[in-house]
Amino acid sequence: MANIVQFENVGLRYGVGEETLCDVSFTLRSGQFYFLTGASGAGKTSLLRLLYLSQRPSRGIIRLFGEDAVILPRGRLPGFRRRIGVVFQDFRLIPHLSAADNIALPLRVAGMAESEIARAVREMLNWIGLAERAGARPATLSGGEQQRVAIARAVIARPELLVADEPTGNVDPAMAERLLHLFQSLHRLGTTVVMATHDWHLIERVPGAHHLHLEHGRLVDPDPPMPPPAEARASTIVRSGL
Amino acid sequence: MTRGAKVRETGAEARALDDGGGAHVMSWVIAIMLFLTLLAGAAGLATARAAGALDRQMAGRLTVQIVEGEAQRRDAAAAQVLAVLRTQSDVARATPVAQADLARMLQPWLGDDAEAAGLPVPALIDVDLTSDDSAAIARVRSAVTRASPAARVDAHATWLGPVGRLLDTAAWLAGAIILLMLAATTAVVMLAARAGLEAHRGTIEVIHMLGATDRQVARLFQRRIALDAGIGAVAGGVLAGGAILLIAGQVGALDSELLGGMRLGPVDMGALVALPFGFVLLAVVAARLAVLRQMRRML
Repeated sequence: MANIVQFENVGLRYGVGEETLCDVSFTLRSGQFYFLTGASGAGKTSLLRLLYLSQRPSRGIIRLFGEDAVILPRGRLPGFRRRIGVVFQDFRLIPHLSAADNIALPLRVAGMAESEIARAVREMLNWIGLAERAGARPATLSGGEQQRVAIARAVIARPELLVADEPTGNVDPAMAERLLHLFQSLHRLGTTVVMATHDWHLIERVPGAHHLHLEHGRLVDPDPPMPPPAEARASTIVRSGL
Repeated sequence: MTRGAKVRETGAEARALDDGGGAHVMSWVIAIMLFLTLLAGAAGLATARAAGALDRQMAGRLTVQIVEGEAQRRDAAAAQVLAVLRTQSDVARATPVAQADLARMLQPWLGDDAEAAGLPVPALIDVDLTSDDSAAIARVRSAVTRASPAARVDAHATWLGPVGRLLDTAAWLAGAIILLMLAATTAVVMLAARAGLEAHRGTIEVIHMLGATDRQVARLFQRRIALDAGIGAVAGGVLAGGAILLIAGQVGALDSELLGGMRLGPVDMGALVALPFGFVLLAVVAARLAVLRQMRRML
């Protein structure tokens, strides 16, 4: 199984403060499902930003799709970004575009013909169960619906790597399960999924998933999965209402 | 899969930027700038034409005055000078001004009875030279004064020169105003594009993260600015065209020999018609440069 991402001693520092990420090394294999956990401020979002090429590291080596992403010329980054789907925690849907137009955006950016886009968007809307809301603006959608649109936008171009930053953080447990099923079905199609989450319940629902855990910017005992701290697990259970 | 597909521009992609409030302020700015630029351009071109016409009028033209109080001596001297002028190789044409024409010209100042009152009126001879060089003028002046000490030679260039220089200055000033307007328009468009980027930062970041190239993002703004500039160009062009036609009609009605030269030729009209297109092009290029420069600051 090929390595799709490789981090070697990666460090990230914003400004002149302490390193947000320190000596992070790991490998993501193609077609695997990864959970990224850690307390707030542990560096999860920073690590994901490095993964989806929104940020360059301060030091270390990042190999992405077999190429050194650290020295990748800026002009080649768009081509790499099109191979990565991103689900942002705050959805980042474009407010004046309909759900269908938001979902279609990656295909339009990639220059696909409108007829093909229309077909792909229809399929995607059916897949996320929002075929009836195709023309709805994000403001008129519920949080769960917005998150599903954001996921559909991230996956419509069939990315090789899907990066999701706490995609279930703003939805109820039932919706979180539905969203997880969407990620799992995409994973079954061969996409490598990296999902940052605090929700240990979700992690248990994906057997065979790998686990990366960050503490104070350092990756701790990445694989096999760490048992969750008792208090984190308890809070998850309380939050889930289980 | 879409990787490697040829990047095309679509109307739907262009909608990625919303019509935020104030987006069409650009149309107003372009309309006003273009209106003023077209007026300055029309004035400059017409003034340049008038200056050119005046130059042609002045070039190699003289008026010979025979200042002699006694009418018979004046007419004899005028005839002698005319005869001498017509023998000069530098003279293309020498035409005496009829006394009746002179009386008509003097009538506003001296009234109808100037001749009857015995006021001395000089004889005038209009002279066209074969060339406008100063040596020819000097040779003619020398020959004329030898023929009659009462003769004075006025070169038109001497007394119309300041008018010609004023017209030239006005034409250059109009050109400078046009350049300033173009520079101001460029600056405004670049500021507007940068403000637009700031206003749409969230959208741009998302599109950027989805793999849009800098050129694709720039195209979104180019389209927006082109549309706004186009609307402004039409409005400014129509208003300026109306104003120019109105002023042209009024100048034509003046029946002035000097202002009559202030006409716009076909080339001038072509340049003025091209100006709105140039404005739109300038706006698009300025927006593109501003956006590309801003985008290069993002990873």
